[in-house]
Amino acid sequence: MAITLNINGNDVSIDADPQMPLLWAIREKAGLSGTKFGCGIAQCGACTVIIDGSAVRSCNIPVASAVGRQLRTIEGVSENNDHPVQLAWQDLTVPQCGYCQSGQIMSAVALLERTPEPSDREIDQAMAGNICRCGTYPRIRAAIHRAAELAKA
Amino acid sequence: MNQMKFTRRNFLQVSATAAGAMVIGFHMPSKAMAQAEGSAGTEINAWLSIDANNIVSIATPQTEMGQGAFTSVPMMIAEELDVPWENVRHVFADANRHVNNENLYTTTSTGGSTTVSRRHPYMMQAGASARERLRQAAATRWGVPLDQVVAKQGVLSAGSNQGTYGEFAAEAAAITLEQEPAIKPYGDWWLLGTDVKRLDIPLKTNGSAVFATDVEVEGMVYAAVAACPVPEGKVVSFDFDAIKDMPGVIQAVELKQTKDTPTFTDLRSAVAVVAESWYQAKNALAAMPIVSDFGRGAAISNESQNAEALSLLAGTGVVLKDEEGNPGKGYDKGVNQDAVPGLLESATKLVVGEVYHRPFEAHATMMPPAAVADVKEDRVDVWTFTQDIGRSLNEVADQLGRDTTNVFLHQTYLGGGFGGGYNMDVHRQAAAISAAIGRPVKVIRSREEDIGGDSQRPPVWGTYKAALGDDGLPTALMTHFVGEEKMPNFARSSVANMPYIIPNRRHELSQVQSHVPIGYHRAPGANSNGFIIEQMVDELAQAGGWDPLDWRIKLTEGNEPWQRVLLAMKEKSGWTTDLGDGEGMGCAVVESHGTIAGCVATVSVSRRGQIFIDKLQYFLNSGYTINPLNAIEQAESSAIWELSHAMFGGLDLRDGRFVNTNFDSYQMLRMPDTPPVVEVQLVNSEDGWWGGLGEPAGPPTPPAIANAIFYASGTRIRTTPFTKATI
Ligand code: FES
Ligand code: FES
Repeated sequence: MAITLNINGNDVSIDADPQMPLLWAIREKAGLSGTKFGCGIAQCGACTVIIDGSAVRSCNIPVASAVGRQLRTIEGVSENNDHPVQLAWQDLTVPQCGYCQSGQIMSAVALLERTPEPSDREIDQAMAGNICRCGTYPRIRAAIHRAAELAKA
Repeated sequence: MNQMKFTRRNFLQVSATAAGAMVIGFHMPSKAMAQAEGSAGTEINAWLSIDANNIVSIATPQTEMGQGAFTSVPMMIAEELDVPWENVRHVFADANRHVNNENLYTTTSTGGSTTVSRRHPYMMQAGASARERLRQAAATRWGVPLDQVVAKQGVLSAGSNQGTYGEFAAEAAAITLEQEPAIKPYGDWWLLGTDVKRLDIPLKTNGSAVFATDVEVEGMVYAAVAACPVPEGKVVSFDFDAIKDMPGVIQAVELKQTKDTPTFTDLRSAVAVVAESWYQAKNALAAMPIVSDFGRGAAISNESQNAEALSLLAGTGVVLKDEEGNPGKGYDKGVNQDAVPGLLESATKLVVGEVYHRPFEAHATMMPPAAVADVKEDRVDVWTFTQDIGRSLNEVADQLGRDTTNVFLHQTYLGGGFGGGYNMDVHRQAAAISAAIGRPVKVIRSREEDIGGDSQRPPVWGTYKAALGDDGLPTALMTHFVGEEKMPNFARSSVANMPYIIPNRRHELSQVQSHVPIGYHRAPGANSNGFIIEQMVDELAQAGGWDPLDWRIKLTEGNEPWQRVLLAMKEKSGWTTDLGDGEGMGCAVVESHGTIAGCVATVSVSRRGQIFIDKLQYFLNSGYTINPLNAIEQAESSAIWELSHAMFGGLDLRDGRFVNTNFDSYQMLRMPDTPPVVEVQLVNSEDGWWGGLGEPAGPPTPPAIANAIFYASGTRIRTTPFTKATI
């Protein structure tokens, strides 16, 4: 059936089963491939998007639940790859294979919007849902602090 | 150290047309990919082309999985070519051209931390060769002697003559050198040895890097696959009628195994369900009744393997020969294996080790294996998860019975690899399914299918006996390890070739059998064996009244590469075995891929037995380092990789199948578990050998932590994961 999603500020009409997990609607129907599949059971964070300001795992919620809400994906973080989080990530060379990083960045963006100067403990809590098999955690931690500084400047 | 053979022919390939741009009828998933596959400009040799604006595009035959190949290969070539780094662009090498031109790029294999360490001679040669041809082109056009032409930072000059490389590219491409230039010796570098940010980083902060999972082809459908849950078992039948009316379902395809015992990359018996969407395919597959023949594996479990290993350890194993493998030269490894049993028998002070063990571990790359295949009558296009584009292309051709000239395998980024991209049949699956349904298809393995059917890191068991002399140092040592029959080498690395000078050593090996496919896994062998050997060393030091770090320094005397690491550990880590109650420092040092990696771990253990890792310090000697920034990133990465397995890993094999196959039950290290301090220092010998850097910081990590836990709590942990140990 026809479903309208608001993704990155644009209304997007797709034809999908309302029970389709949001992740697959974003990837297959809306054609935005930056949001990744990693586990399908809300355990790894690769599929993290921001819905109405909160970081959400898109792999195990139905697309219908995102209707009428503001949905943001990695593609909507900035026009030119220059959001403070993205700049900090580039500066501290965070990504390795990069597969988890869309999800990591979405979790970090949501954290900083709510808590502009997070402590290490707040970072640990906000980022606990995002696994990185390449082990970029120490750099992510440092980059979130850097992004907080960049956003202040 | 090891230099790969290479042929001059590879540098003399001349083509006046634009390089390897593939014209194919598929929807480019992003601009990034379009740019990556097509490089404009004049090709000087297969590795590089230069355009009119003096932009140099450099092709990388290795795959990029976060380890930096897409930066280190261009760096090695740019070093010799001598062009400003800002002018360098990375392009994917063309696998079809490689395979159909006698392995044009020598090898496309990516693993064993070898991209730089073993391949720099011919990659640097490619850059040097191009530079010399540019110089010759300028000398000819200007009518000046060759030795007056200087090539520097993309500019050719001789007296008042000056021009960019780009202006001479076409002429250079037509030149055949009489003699290939020598590559620069260490120290003459301007780019190598400096911190360079990886070129792929910006693509990975905005979601634009294209992985095999992201490729879209016109008319594509999706497939979920299921092999028999017990490895080696076979699918006997399935009931498609039961699911054919489920939403989106198109077809079921049986993937037939052609060989009785498939090798790593042969297609294994499985069944696929194809649907309009991947989640529909996955749901339908889960609902489809499938009958399997489990085979011999159904009788094998962690428990049965453990019992088998323990009984083997009670007997005698095969005696291993002393092995080469250390960069340290000219020291006496002293084996004298036949004398060892007698010496142990008559020892006045005998130390008898208990049994150590590491379990199965999966790669669990963040990107589950995936492939897209578009099989047409006259051509085949494939995008896949692979650490060897050339080999995978050949496998697809083999699967379909096609000639390799019509098979095009396009590089994409890899969402992790760690060895898992070697023993992979996902591109065979995609090709077989696309051929069967006559449409392009994307196969994505579910996480459960990935972990349950992965080529696993095999379990290892090990124990030892040693006789100590009056000075407390060992006079005789015997080890007995039990490995996995399919890859016994994994139970050998870092054992017989340990650096410690013990006058009499004997190393025995036994093997357990299993049905589980085994594969390379970030520092294979060294990761598990280092855990055992480096705790054994601490036990021996303690029994002999030695400080564990001093023991290691003493028993590697005269071995410069090891001494350099061990002395740095002692001088720069704040080393002490006496931190007070509940706190401890531990050390371990393991060589893998030609790099010696030392780790000093600082931990605290609470009264309730909770482990906190406060600090991990690494000291690495890889001989040379071409990009220190990337070396440090890789050391952090491999350290956390092994830390994750040590703290949380361990696959559970029951009745032949792995039962913890997703991240709820196969746990990974997460941000809150990450030590507050992870520091890496490079302490290179700069002495003629190159070690790899993608893996070596992993192996010393678990034993250093276990040793530290011992000093903090008095408890020795002999198996992983630590979270299951009682302290
Ligand atoms: S794919 Fe959604 S949390 Fe892993
Ligand atoms: S960068 Fe590879 S999984 Fe995080």
